[in-house]
Amino acid sequence: MRLAPRFPRLLAGILCAASLAYLLAGCAKPPPASDPDAVADFNETNDPLEPTNRVFYAINNGIDTAVLRPAAQAYRYVVPEPVRTGVHNVLNNLGTPVQLGNDMLEGKPRRAGDTYMRFVINTTVGVFGIFDVAKRWGYPNHDSDFGITMALWGVPEGPFLFLPVLGPTDPRDAAGFGVDIASDPFTWLGRGTAVRALDWSRFGLNAVDQRERALDAIDSIKKTALDPYATFRSLFRQHRRSQIEAVRNDNRATIPVWFPQSASTDR
Amino acid sequence: MPDRRTVLTFATALLLTGGRGIRSAFADSGVDRAGAFIKATSDKLVAVVNGPGSAQDKRRSMTDIIDTAVDVDAVAKFSLGRFWRQASAEQQKLYLHLFHQVLVTSITAKIGDYQGVRIAVGKAQMRDEEAWVSSIVERPNNPPTNVDWVISNPAATPKIIDVVAEGTSMRLTQRSDYASYLAHNNNDIDSLISAMRQQVGQAT
Repeated sequence: MRLAPRFPRLLAGILCAASLAYLLAGCAKPPPASDPDAVADFNETNDPLEPTNRVFYAINNGIDTAVLRPAAQAYRYVVPEPVRTGVHNVLNNLGTPVQLGNDMLEGKPRRAGDTYMRFVINTTVGVFGIFDVAKRWGYPNHDSDFGITMALWGVPEGPFLFLPVLGPTDPRDAAGFGVDIASDPFTWLGRGTAVRALDWSRFGLNAVDQRERALDAIDSIKKTALDPYATFRSLFRQHRRSQIEAVRNDNRATIPVWFPQSASTDR
Repeated sequence: MPDRRTVLTFATALLLTGGRGIRSAFADSGVDRAGAFIKATSDKLVAVVNGPGSAQDKRRSMTDIIDTAVDVDAVAKFSLGRFWRQASAEQQKLYLHLFHQVLVTSITAKIGDYQGVRIAVGKAQMRDEEAWVSSIVERPNNPPTNVDWVISNPAATPKIIDVVAEGTSMRLTQRSDYASYLAHNNNDIDSLISAMRQQVGQAT
């Protein structure tokens, strides 16, 4: 069967190019063993590929400054906030299948239930996902992707990576990103030009939406950090860990609401 | 007649349970005070940000609030990590002085420019010796952010020692920023100080 030449192939291309670059480029030199504090810092930073990562950071930063940031600014300038929120909600709603699958793989039935209810409510009452009605009805959105799933399965994150296009990540989460795209039914749905155009629009819109939401945060980091690369590295790791812990600690009971000892009291 | 051991055991038990009662009361008042403290501080911050006045006036008012509510010296020492011990007394003094202004700059960069910022303070809880007060910060054009305020000595002299936004700790991030800067500049504290001076110079 011929695979649709879309995201998986593009992603494979990016990953191949990146791994080639990592093979060619050097590694960070660990500090001498005579300086135990510096060695501890080096191990905690866990960024043995730092020289290469910094090259990709510079490239990404250039692309961002030239393309993505202006696009996000234009998007913010042209499209009023309620419409942007609607677009964001629709994109979120389209991500439901992958989110639901991961909730289940994480072994979190209540979270899977939340995702399912969100999809049902927002697709109908919320008009194809434009309005996040489910949030007001007690089903707030939550993070769920295959990187988090693997973390709960005990897969270690590995060293820090800064990849072209993808940005700050690590082997586990980069692989998770690939699995999420491959497992997204929309990736494989149909083959015509129209479907492909829709897929690319979704991809592009997603990028602009995410970038627009992070505009102020990223600007303020670049303005206040002495070493923005190191700051992004630290922020990425901390944020990722807190997402993983949030899933791990969500152990709400699964007793049905109609049962005498109602589960809703646990919420 | 009770012997000495019984009396001692009884006294010890009383002391332990009594002590626990006192301790939990202490913790309760710590949680309450921490919550009230963050409510008052965030009200003041929001009033300054949304209020009238030039950028310079606002920066001055922000500096006053931060200097009274935040244990800036503790945050500064934490952010320098192992290099604090290596710094000379003169370097420490310069660093602390600059850090006060760097902190004002970075907090101003995060909430200062937003007319219409809102902070909804939520629950407080004790974690070890510190109180964590949760809140949701809403800024125009930005998605709502979950922010936890970490407070030392909540019952006696509450002071903010960290701000955790969406799981990312401000002082930890600051520490890795400085550590990386130093690692790439021969661990030279003077060059960190001059970089901070330049940063503050741009902001004021």
